[in-house]
Amino acid sequence: MTGRISRGFIAFATAVLVWQAVVALTGVPRFILPGPLLVAQALWENAALICDNALWSAGNLALGLGIGVILGVETALLLALSRRARWLLRPMLVAAQAVPVFALAPVITLWLGYGMPSKIVTIALVTYFPVASAMFDRLMALPPGLADLSQLSGANRWRETLLLRLPYAVPGLLSGLRLAVVYAPLAVLIGEWVGSSQGLGHLILMSNGRGQTALMFAALIVLAGLSLSLWLAVEALSRRAAKGYL
Amino acid sequence: MTSPALRISGTLFAGRTQLIAGFDLTLPAGRWSVLLGPSGVGKTSLLRLLAGLPCAAHLTGRITSDASLPLTSRVAMMAQDDQLLPWASALDNVTICARLRGVRPKPARAAELLVQVGLAGLEGRKPAQMSAGQRQRVALARTLYEDRDIVLLDEPFSALDALTRQSVQELAVGLLAGRTVVLITHDPAEAIRLADAAWMISPLGITQCTLPRSAIPRAAADPETLAAQAALLDQMRTCAAGCAA
Repeated sequence: MTGRISRGFIAFATAVLVWQAVVALTGVPRFILPGPLLVAQALWENAALICDNALWSAGNLALGLGIGVILGVETALLLALSRRARWLLRPMLVAAQAVPVFALAPVITLWLGYGMPSKIVTIALVTYFPVASAMFDRLMALPPGLADLSQLSGANRWRETLLLRLPYAVPGLLSGLRLAVVYAPLAVLIGEWVGSSQGLGHLILMSNGRGQTALMFAALIVLAGLSLSLWLAVEALSRRAAKGYL
Repeated sequence: MTSPALRISGTLFAGRTQLIAGFDLTLPAGRWSVLLGPSGVGKTSLLRLLAGLPCAAHLTGRITSDASLPLTSRVAMMAQDDQLLPWASALDNVTICARLRGVRPKPARAAELLVQVGLAGLEGRKPAQMSAGQRQRVALARTLYEDRDIVLLDEPFSALDALTRQSVQELAVGLLAGRTVVLITHDPAEAIRLADAAWMISPLGITQCTLPRSAIPRAAADPETLAAQAALLDQMRTCAAGCAA
Protein backbone atom coordinates (compact mmCIF):
# COMPACT_ATOMS: atom_id res chain seq x y z
CA MET A 1 0.00 0.00 0.00
CA THR A 2 2.79 2.42 0.97
CA GLY A 3 4.50 1.41 -2.28
CA ARG A 4 1.41 2.33 -4.27
CA ILE A 5 1.06 5.69 -2.53
CA SER A 6 4.70 6.68 -2.97
CA ARG A 7 4.60 5.54 -6.59
CA GLY A 8 1.50 7.68 -7.18
CA PHE A 9 3.24 10.63 -5.54
CA ILE A 10 6.36 10.22 -7.66
CA ALA A 11 4.31 10.02 -10.85
CA PHE A 12 2.40 13.17 -9.84
CA ALA A 13 5.58 15.07 -9.02
CA THR A 14 7.17 14.03 -12.31
CA ALA A 15 4.14 15.24 -14.26
CA VAL A 16 4.24 18.61 -12.46
CA LEU A 17 7.98 18.97 -13.18
CA VAL A 18 7.54 18.15 -16.88
CA TRP A 19 4.65 20.61 -17.04
CA GLN A 20 6.75 23.38 -15.46
CA ALA A 21 9.67 22.56 -17.77
CA VAL A 22 7.47 22.75 -20.89
CA VAL A 23 6.09 26.11 -19.82
CA ALA A 24 9.54 27.51 -18.98
CA LEU A 25 11.27 26.20 -22.12
CA THR A 26 8.64 27.09 -24.71
CA GLY A 27 7.65 30.42 -23.22
CA VAL A 28 4.02 29.70 -24.08
CA PRO A 29 1.69 32.58 -22.97
CA ARG A 30 0.00 32.07 -19.60
CA PHE A 31 -3.51 32.30 -21.02
CA ILE A 32 -2.72 29.27 -23.24
CA LEU A 33 -0.92 27.12 -20.68
CA PRO A 34 -0.22 28.47 -17.20
CA GLY A 35 2.53 26.74 -15.23
CA PRO A 36 1.81 24.70 -12.12
CA LEU A 37 2.92 27.55 -9.89
CA LEU A 38 0.35 29.90 -11.41
CA VAL A 39 -2.34 27.25 -11.08
CA ALA A 40 -1.42 26.68 -7.43
CA GLN A 41 -1.62 30.43 -6.90
CA ALA A 42 -5.08 30.55 -8.57
CA LEU A 43 -6.16 27.65 -6.39
CA TRP A 44 -5.02 29.46 -3.26
CA GLU A 45 -6.49 32.86 -4.16
CA ASN A 46 -9.86 31.42 -5.23
CA ALA A 47 -10.05 28.76 -2.54
CA ALA A 48 -13.45 29.86 -1.26
CA LEU A 49 -14.96 30.12 -4.75
CA ILE A 50 -13.60 26.74 -5.85
CA CYS A 51 -14.63 25.15 -2.57
CA ASP A 52 -18.24 26.39 -2.88
CA ASN A 53 -18.56 25.12 -6.43
CA ALA A 54 -16.80 21.86 -5.62
CA LEU A 55 -19.18 21.21 -2.73
CA TRP A 56 -22.18 21.79 -4.97
CA SER A 57 -20.85 19.42 -7.63
CA ALA A 58 -19.79 16.83 -5.05
CA GLY A 59 -23.23 16.97 -3.43
CA ASN A 60 -24.90 16.33 -6.80
CA LEU A 61 -22.38 13.58 -7.50
CA ALA A 62 -23.07 11.84 -4.19
CA LEU A 63 -26.85 12.09 -4.54
CA GLY A 64 -26.88 11.07 -8.20
CA LEU A 65 -24.51 8.18 -7.60
CA GLY A 66 -26.50 7.00 -4.59
CA ILE A 67 -29.83 7.14 -6.44
CA GLY A 68 -28.36 5.49 -9.54
CA VAL A 69 -26.82 2.65 -7.54
CA ILE A 70 -29.96 2.00 -5.48
CA LEU A 71 -32.20 2.01 -8.56
CA GLY A 72 -29.70 -0.13 -10.47
CA VAL A 73 -29.57 -2.76 -7.72
CA GLU A 74 -33.36 -2.76 -7.43
CA THR A 75 -33.82 -3.16 -11.18
CA ALA A 76 -31.33 -6.03 -11.29
CA LEU A 77 -33.12 -7.75 -8.39
CA LEU A 78 -36.54 -7.25 -9.93
CA LEU A 79 -35.34 -8.71 -13.23
CA ALA A 80 -33.74 -11.67 -11.45
CA LEU A 81 -36.88 -12.39 -9.45
CA SER A 82 -39.54 -12.03 -12.08
CA ARG A 83 -39.64 -13.73 -15.45
CA ARG A 84 -42.31 -11.28 -16.62
CA ALA A 85 -40.24 -8.26 -15.65
CA ARG A 86 -37.33 -9.81 -17.53
CA TRP A 87 -39.45 -10.35 -20.61
CA LEU A 88 -40.70 -6.78 -20.60
CA LEU A 89 -37.80 -4.73 -19.25
CA ARG A 90 -34.70 -6.47 -20.55
CA PRO A 91 -35.06 -5.33 -24.17
CA MET A 92 -35.73 -1.82 -22.85
CA LEU A 93 -32.57 -1.95 -20.77
CA VAL A 94 -30.52 -3.09 -23.77
CA ALA A 95 -32.06 -0.43 -26.02
CA ALA A 96 -31.62 2.29 -23.40
CA GLN A 97 -27.93 1.49 -23.18
CA ALA A 98 -27.57 2.23 -26.88
CA VAL A 99 -28.71 5.83 -26.25
CA PRO A 100 -25.78 7.88 -25.03
CA VAL A 101 -27.04 9.40 -21.78
CA PHE A 102 -24.89 12.45 -22.42
CA ALA A 103 -27.03 13.25 -25.43
CA LEU A 104 -30.03 13.36 -23.11
CA ALA A 105 -28.54 16.06 -20.88
CA PRO A 106 -30.08 18.98 -22.84
CA VAL A 107 -33.51 17.29 -22.72
CA ILE A 108 -33.20 16.66 -19.00
CA THR A 109 -32.22 20.30 -18.45
CA LEU A 110 -35.17 21.40 -20.57
CA TRP A 111 -37.55 19.37 -18.40
CA LEU A 112 -36.04 19.87 -14.96
CA GLY A 113 -34.45 23.31 -15.22
CA TYR A 114 -30.98 24.62 -14.39
CA GLY A 115 -30.88 23.63 -10.73
CA MET A 116 -29.78 20.53 -8.90
CA PRO A 117 -32.52 18.10 -10.04
CA SER A 118 -31.39 17.99 -13.69
CA LYS A 119 -27.77 17.39 -12.62
CA ILE A 120 -28.72 14.65 -10.18
CA VAL A 121 -30.88 12.88 -12.76
CA THR A 122 -28.11 12.99 -15.39
CA ILE A 123 -25.60 11.52 -12.94
CA ALA A 124 -28.09 8.91 -11.71
CA LEU A 125 -28.84 7.79 -15.28
CA VAL A 126 -25.17 7.41 -16.14
CA THR A 127 -24.62 5.39 -12.96
CA TYR A 128 -27.79 3.33 -13.22
CA PHE A 129 -27.11 1.37 -16.42
CA PRO A 130 -23.68 -0.12 -15.66
CA VAL A 131 -24.75 -1.06 -12.12
CA ALA A 132 -28.04 -2.62 -13.23
CA SER A 133 -26.55 -4.59 -16.09
CA ALA A 134 -23.36 -5.81 -14.38
CA MET A 135 -25.31 -6.87 -11.30
CA PHE A 136 -28.08 -8.52 -13.32
CA ASP A 137 -25.57 -10.56 -15.35
CA ARG A 138 -24.04 -11.92 -12.18
CA LEU A 139 -27.43 -12.54 -10.53
CA MET A 140 -28.32 -14.76 -13.49
CA ALA A 141 -24.97 -16.59 -13.52
CA LEU A 142 -25.36 -18.70 -10.39
CA PRO A 143 -22.80 -21.56 -10.59
CA PRO A 144 -24.50 -24.89 -11.47
CA GLY A 145 -23.42 -26.48 -8.18
CA LEU A 146 -25.24 -23.83 -6.15
CA ALA A 147 -28.30 -24.10 -8.40
CA ASP A 148 -28.37 -27.86 -7.66
CA LEU A 149 -28.07 -27.17 -3.95
CA SER A 150 -30.96 -24.73 -4.14
CA GLN A 151 -33.17 -27.17 -6.04
CA LEU A 152 -32.43 -30.12 -3.76
CA SER A 153 -33.16 -27.93 -0.73
CA GLY A 154 -36.54 -27.03 -2.20
CA ALA A 155 -35.80 -23.30 -2.17
CA ASN A 156 -38.24 -20.90 -3.81
CA ARG A 157 -37.03 -18.18 -6.16
CA TRP A 158 -37.23 -15.50 -3.48
CA ARG A 159 -35.03 -17.28 -0.94
CA GLU A 160 -32.65 -18.53 -3.62
CA THR A 161 -32.18 -14.93 -4.76
CA LEU A 162 -31.74 -13.58 -1.26
CA LEU A 163 -29.42 -16.28 0.09
CA LEU A 164 -27.44 -17.35 -2.98
CA ARG A 165 -27.81 -15.04 -5.96
CA LEU A 166 -27.56 -11.72 -4.13
CA PRO A 167 -24.32 -12.43 -2.25
CA TYR A 168 -22.91 -14.08 -5.37
CA ALA A 169 -23.70 -10.89 -7.32
CA VAL A 170 -21.72 -8.56 -5.01
CA PRO A 171 -18.66 -8.61 -7.34
CA GLY A 172 -20.99 -7.72 -10.23
CA LEU A 173 -22.28 -4.75 -8.27
CA LEU A 174 -18.70 -3.66 -7.63
CA SER A 175 -17.63 -3.91 -11.27
CA GLY A 176 -20.70 -1.90 -12.22
CA LEU A 177 -19.78 0.62 -9.56
CA ARG A 178 -16.24 0.84 -10.91
CA LEU A 179 -17.62 1.84 -14.31
CA ALA A 180 -20.16 4.16 -12.72
CA VAL A 181 -17.55 6.20 -10.83
CA VAL A 182 -15.60 6.69 -14.05
CA TYR A 183 -18.67 8.05 -15.86
CA ALA A 184 -20.23 9.99 -12.99
CA PRO A 185 -17.75 12.94 -12.96
CA LEU A 186 -18.23 13.21 -16.73
CA ALA A 187 -21.95 13.46 -16.13
CA VAL A 188 -21.28 16.23 -13.60
CA LEU A 189 -19.42 18.19 -16.28
CA ILE A 190 -21.94 17.59 -19.05
CA GLY A 191 -24.88 18.47 -16.80
CA GLU A 192 -23.27 21.74 -15.78
CA TRP A 193 -22.10 22.62 -19.28
CA VAL A 194 -25.58 22.27 -20.67
CA GLY A 195 -26.81 24.87 -18.24
CA SER A 196 -25.89 25.78 -14.69
CA SER A 197 -24.93 28.75 -12.59
CA GLN A 198 -22.89 26.72 -10.10
CA GLY A 199 -20.47 23.85 -9.86
CA LEU A 200 -16.98 22.96 -10.99
CA GLY A 201 -18.10 22.39 -14.58
CA HIS A 202 -19.69 25.82 -14.60
CA LEU A 203 -16.49 27.32 -13.12
CA ILE A 204 -14.37 25.64 -15.80
CA LEU A 205 -16.60 26.97 -18.55
CA MET A 206 -16.75 30.51 -17.12
CA SER A 207 -13.05 30.88 -16.39
CA ASN A 208 -12.24 29.54 -19.84
CA GLY A 209 -14.54 32.10 -21.43
CA ARG A 210 -12.93 34.92 -19.42
CA GLY A 211 -9.39 33.90 -20.23
CA GLN A 212 -8.70 32.92 -16.61
CA THR A 213 -6.87 29.82 -17.72
CA ALA A 214 -5.10 29.30 -14.38
CA LEU A 215 -8.42 29.24 -12.53
CA MET A 216 -9.79 26.81 -15.10
CA PHE A 217 -6.89 24.46 -14.49
CA ALA A 218 -7.34 24.81 -10.74
CA ALA A 219 -11.02 23.78 -10.99
CA LEU A 220 -10.06 20.93 -13.33
CA ILE A 221 -7.51 19.62 -10.85
CA VAL A 222 -10.04 19.68 -8.02
CA LEU A 223 -12.53 17.75 -10.19
CA ALA A 224 -9.84 15.21 -11.10
CA GLY A 225 -9.00 14.83 -7.40
CA LEU A 226 -12.67 14.22 -6.66
CA SER A 227 -12.91 11.52 -9.35
CA LEU A 228 -9.69 9.91 -8.23
CA SER A 229 -10.69 9.66 -4.58
CA LEU A 230 -14.05 8.17 -5.58
CA TRP A 231 -12.30 5.60 -7.76
CA LEU A 232 -9.82 4.74 -5.00
CA ALA A 233 -12.67 4.25 -2.55
CA VAL A 234 -14.40 1.78 -4.88
CA GLU A 235 -11.11 -0.03 -5.51
CA ALA A 236 -10.55 -0.41 -1.77
CA LEU A 237 -14.09 -1.75 -1.40
CA SER A 238 -13.52 -4.25 -4.23
CA ARG A 239 -10.29 -5.50 -2.70
CA ARG A 240 -12.03 -6.13 0.61
CA ALA A 241 -14.96 -7.88 -1.05
CA ALA A 242 -12.74 -10.01 -3.29
CA LYS A 243 -11.70 -11.98 -0.21
CA GLY A 244 -15.21 -13.18 0.52
CA TYR A 245 -17.25 -13.14 -2.64
CA LEU A 246 -15.18 -14.34 -5.60
CA MET B 1 -34.29 -44.75 9.65
CA THR B 2 -35.48 -47.04 6.87
CA SER B 3 -33.74 -46.06 3.70
CA PRO B 4 -35.29 -47.22 0.44
CA ALA B 5 -33.83 -49.38 -2.29
CA LEU B 6 -33.64 -47.73 -5.69
CA ARG B 7 -34.33 -49.26 -9.05
CA ILE B 8 -33.25 -47.61 -12.26
CA SER B 9 -33.86 -49.23 -15.60
CA GLY B 10 -33.94 -48.28 -19.28
CA THR B 11 -31.55 -46.89 -21.86
CA LEU B 12 -29.72 -43.60 -21.48
CA PHE B 13 -29.65 -41.19 -24.41
CA ALA B 14 -28.01 -37.85 -25.10
CA GLY B 15 -30.23 -36.41 -27.80
CA ARG B 16 -30.45 -39.31 -30.26
CA THR B 17 -27.13 -40.86 -29.36
CA GLN B 18 -27.29 -43.85 -27.08
CA LEU B 19 -25.01 -43.36 -24.06
CA ILE B 20 -25.66 -46.57 -22.11
CA ALA B 21 -27.41 -49.61 -23.59
CA GLY B 22 -30.40 -51.12 -21.82
CA PHE B 23 -29.87 -51.84 -18.11
CA ASP B 24 -31.81 -52.67 -14.99
CA LEU B 25 -30.14 -51.87 -11.67
CA THR B 26 -31.42 -52.39 -8.16
CA LEU B 27 -29.39 -50.45 -5.62
CA PRO B 28 -29.78 -52.10 -2.20
CA ALA B 29 -31.43 -50.24 0.68
CA GLY B 30 -29.18 -48.78 3.35
CA ARG B 31 -25.98 -49.78 1.53
CA TRP B 32 -23.17 -48.22 -0.49
CA SER B 33 -23.66 -48.76 -4.22
CA VAL B 34 -20.81 -47.72 -6.46
CA LEU B 35 -21.14 -46.92 -10.16
CA LEU B 36 -17.72 -47.18 -11.76
CA GLY B 37 -16.85 -46.01 -15.23
CA PRO B 38 -14.57 -43.81 -17.35
CA SER B 39 -15.20 -40.07 -17.62
CA GLY B 40 -17.93 -39.06 -20.03
CA VAL B 41 -19.78 -42.38 -19.94
CA GLY B 42 -22.90 -40.88 -18.37
CA LYS B 43 -22.36 -41.60 -14.66
CA THR B 44 -23.15 -38.06 -13.57
CA SER B 45 -26.26 -38.08 -15.76
CA LEU B 46 -27.52 -41.19 -13.97
CA LEU B 47 -26.93 -39.53 -10.62
CA ARG B 48 -28.68 -36.32 -11.66
CA LEU B 49 -31.65 -38.35 -12.89
CA LEU B 50 -31.79 -40.10 -9.52
CA ALA B 51 -31.72 -36.70 -7.79
CA GLY B 52 -34.39 -35.29 -10.09
CA LEU B 53 -32.05 -32.52 -11.23
CA PRO B 54 -32.05 -31.03 -14.74
CA CYS B 55 -29.94 -33.23 -17.00
CA ALA B 56 -28.83 -33.10 -20.63
CA ALA B 57 -29.31 -36.85 -21.07
CA HIS B 58 -32.68 -38.58 -20.87
CA LEU B 59 -33.71 -42.04 -19.77
CA THR B 60 -36.20 -44.17 -21.65
CA GLY B 61 -37.19 -46.13 -18.60
CA ARG B 62 -38.04 -45.65 -14.98
CA ILE B 63 -36.60 -44.74 -11.64
CA THR B 64 -38.52 -46.23 -8.76
CA SER B 65 -37.95 -46.73 -5.07
CA ASP B 66 -39.74 -48.78 -2.44
CA ALA B 67 -40.51 -45.51 -0.68
CA SER B 68 -43.73 -43.63 -1.15
CA LEU B 69 -42.43 -40.05 -1.07
CA PRO B 70 -41.04 -38.41 -4.21
CA LEU B 71 -37.31 -38.99 -4.52
CA THR B 72 -36.23 -35.35 -4.81
CA SER B 73 -37.28 -34.55 -1.25
CA ARG B 74 -35.40 -37.57 0.12
CA VAL B 75 -32.08 -36.95 -1.60
CA ALA B 76 -28.94 -35.14 -0.47
CA MET B 77 -25.98 -34.75 -2.76
CA MET B 78 -22.24 -34.19 -2.47
CA ALA B 79 -20.15 -33.30 -5.52
CA GLN B 80 -16.49 -33.17 -6.42
CA ASP B 81 -16.63 -29.42 -6.03
CA ASP B 82 -17.62 -28.77 -2.41
CA GLN B 83 -20.30 -26.20 -3.42
CA LEU B 84 -19.65 -24.13 -0.32
CA LEU B 85 -20.67 -20.48 -0.22
CA PRO B 86 -17.42 -18.51 -0.19
CA TRP B 87 -18.99 -15.66 1.80
CA ALA B 88 -20.42 -17.82 4.59
CA SER B 89 -18.78 -19.40 7.64
CA ALA B 90 -18.52 -23.18 8.01
CA LEU B 91 -21.50 -23.12 10.38
CA ASP B 92 -23.66 -21.08 8.00
CA ASN B 93 -22.67 -23.37 5.14
CA VAL B 94 -23.89 -26.40 7.09
CA THR B 95 -27.32 -24.82 7.66
CA ILE B 96 -27.74 -23.27 4.19
CA CYS B 97 -30.20 -25.87 2.89
CA ALA B 98 -32.52 -25.34 5.87
CA ARG B 99 -32.38 -21.58 5.37
CA LEU B 100 -33.08 -22.00 1.65
CA ARG B 101 -36.13 -24.04 2.56
CA GLY B 102 -37.28 -21.32 4.95
CA VAL B 103 -36.79 -23.47 8.05
CA ARG B 104 -35.19 -21.98 11.16
CA PRO B 105 -31.58 -23.27 11.29
CA LYS B 106 -30.31 -25.11 14.37
CA PRO B 107 -26.78 -23.83 14.99
CA ALA B 108 -26.22 -26.21 17.91
CA ARG B 109 -26.88 -29.23 15.72
CA ALA B 110 -24.68 -27.82 12.94
CA ALA B 111 -21.86 -27.25 15.42
CA GLU B 112 -22.24 -30.80 16.69
CA LEU B 113 -21.99 -32.16 13.13
CA LEU B 114 -18.87 -30.07 12.54
CA VAL B 115 -17.36 -31.72 15.61
CA GLN B 116 -18.33 -35.14 14.23
CA VAL B 117 -16.55 -34.47 10.94
CA GLY B 118 -13.46 -33.37 12.87
CA LEU B 119 -13.75 -29.60 12.52
CA ALA B 120 -14.24 -28.63 16.17
CA GLY B 121 -13.42 -24.95 16.69
CA LEU B 122 -13.53 -24.07 12.98
CA GLU B 123 -17.23 -23.04 12.91
CA GLY B 124 -16.37 -19.44 12.05
CA ARG B 125 -13.89 -20.17 9.23
CA LYS B 126 -14.72 -19.18 5.67
CA PRO B 127 -14.05 -21.73 2.88
CA ALA B 128 -11.04 -19.74 1.63
CA GLN B 129 -9.41 -20.21 5.04
CA MET B 130 -9.73 -24.00 4.90
CA SER B 131 -7.93 -26.81 3.06
CA ALA B 132 -9.68 -28.86 0.35
CA GLY B 133 -10.10 -31.72 2.82
CA GLN B 134 -11.62 -29.44 5.46
CA ARG B 135 -14.00 -27.97 2.90
CA GLN B 136 -15.17 -31.40 1.83
CA ARG B 137 -15.73 -32.22 5.52
CA VAL B 138 -17.95 -29.14 5.80
CA ALA B 139 -19.84 -30.39 2.72
CA LEU B 140 -20.24 -33.77 4.46
CA ALA B 141 -21.60 -32.04 7.58
CA ARG B 142 -24.03 -30.09 5.35
CA THR B 143 -25.19 -33.36 3.78
CA LEU B 144 -25.64 -34.93 7.22
CA TYR B 145 -27.55 -31.89 8.49
CA GLU B 146 -30.13 -32.57 5.77
CA ASP B 147 -30.70 -36.03 7.28
CA ARG B 148 -31.98 -37.48 3.99
CA ASP B 149 -32.14 -41.26 3.61
CA ILE B 150 -30.67 -41.28 0.10
CA VAL B 151 -27.22 -39.73 -0.35
CA LEU B 152 -25.77 -39.28 -3.82
CA LEU B 153 -22.01 -38.80 -4.07
CA ASP B 154 -20.55 -37.46 -7.32
CA GLU B 155 -16.82 -38.17 -6.94
CA PRO B 156 -16.58 -36.12 -3.75
CA PHE B 157 -13.20 -37.58 -2.79
CA SER B 158 -11.42 -37.39 -6.13
CA ALA B 159 -9.91 -33.91 -5.70
CA LEU B 160 -8.34 -34.75 -2.33
CA ASP B 161 -4.76 -35.90 -1.76
CA ALA B 162 -4.31 -39.61 -0.97
CA LEU B 163 -4.10 -39.34 2.83
CA THR B 164 -6.94 -36.85 3.18
CA ARG B 165 -9.05 -38.91 0.78
CA GLN B 166 -8.64 -41.99 2.94
CA SER B 167 -9.66 -40.24 6.14
CA VAL B 168 -12.65 -38.44 4.56
CA GLN B 169 -13.80 -41.74 2.99
CA GLU B 170 -13.67 -43.50 6.36
CA LEU B 171 -15.53 -40.64 7.99
CA ALA B 172 -18.24 -40.75 5.30
CA VAL B 173 -18.70 -44.52 5.63
CA GLY B 174 -19.07 -44.16 9.39
CA LEU B 175 -21.44 -41.21 9.37
CA LEU B 176 -23.61 -42.29 6.44
CA ALA B 177 -24.19 -45.81 7.78
CA GLY B 178 -27.76 -47.01 7.30
CA ARG B 179 -28.49 -44.66 4.41
CA THR B 180 -28.81 -45.66 0.77
CA VAL B 181 -25.62 -44.24 -0.70
CA VAL B 182 -24.85 -44.05 -4.41
CA LEU B 183 -21.24 -43.16 -5.21
CA ILE B 184 -19.98 -42.60 -8.71
CA THR B 185 -16.27 -42.79 -9.39
CA HIS B 186 -13.72 -43.53 -12.12
CA ASP B 187 -11.25 -44.96 -9.59
CA PRO B 188 -11.34 -48.79 -9.20
CA ALA B 189 -9.44 -48.53 -5.90
CA GLU B 190 -12.17 -46.30 -4.46
CA ALA B 191 -14.88 -48.63 -5.77
CA ILE B 192 -13.31 -51.68 -4.09
CA ARG B 193 -12.74 -49.78 -0.86
CA LEU B 194 -16.24 -48.39 -0.46
CA ALA B 195 -18.72 -50.61 -2.31
CA ASP B 196 -21.26 -52.96 -0.77
CA ALA B 197 -22.31 -53.48 -4.37
CA ALA B 198 -20.62 -52.13 -7.50
CA TRP B 199 -21.37 -51.91 -11.20
CA MET B 200 -19.21 -51.07 -14.13
CA ILE B 201 -20.75 -48.68 -16.61
CA SER B 202 -19.85 -48.71 -20.30
CA PRO B 203 -21.72 -47.69 -23.46
CA LEU B 204 -22.47 -51.40 -24.03
CA GLY B 205 -24.34 -51.72 -20.75
CA ILE B 206 -23.87 -52.14 -17.04
CA THR B 207 -22.23 -55.19 -15.44
CA GLN B 208 -22.00 -56.08 -11.78
CA CYS B 209 -18.51 -56.33 -10.26
CA THR B 210 -17.25 -59.06 -7.93
CA LEU B 211 -16.28 -57.74 -4.54
CA PRO B 212 -14.57 -59.16 -1.46
CA ARG B 213 -16.98 -60.28 1.26
CA SER B 214 -15.45 -58.03 3.95
CA ALA B 215 -17.21 -54.95 5.33
CA ILE B 216 -16.52 -51.40 4.07
CA PRO B 217 -14.32 -49.41 4.29
CA ARG B 218 -11.93 -52.11 3.18
CA ALA B 219 -8.28 -51.75 4.15
CA ALA B 220 -6.27 -50.59 1.15
CA ALA B 221 -3.36 -52.95 1.93
CA ASP B 222 -5.51 -56.06 2.37
CA PRO B 223 -4.41 -58.75 -0.20
CA GLU B 224 -8.04 -59.53 -1.01
CA THR B 225 -8.76 -55.83 -1.68
CA LEU B 226 -5.70 -55.53 -3.85
CA ALA B 227 -6.59 -58.65 -5.85
CA ALA B 228 -10.13 -57.42 -6.40
CA GLN B 229 -8.79 -54.03 -7.47
CA ALA B 230 -6.47 -55.63 -10.02
CA ALA B 231 -9.30 -57.79 -11.36
CA LEU B 232 -11.53 -54.74 -11.67
CA LEU B 233 -8.87 -52.79 -13.52
CA ASP B 234 -8.53 -55.75 -15.93
CA GLN B 235 -12.27 -55.81 -16.41
CA MET B 236 -12.24 -52.06 -17.16
CA ARG B 237 -9.49 -52.56 -19.73
CA THR B 238 -11.32 -55.41 -21.47
CA CYS B 239 -14.44 -53.29 -21.44
CA ALA B 240 -12.65 -50.27 -22.97
CA ALA B 241 -11.14 -52.52 -25.68
CA GLY B 242 -14.61 -53.95 -26.38
CA CYS B 243 -16.06 -50.47 -26.78
CA ALA B 244 -13.26 -49.36 -29.08
CA ALA B 245 -13.79 -52.38 -31.34
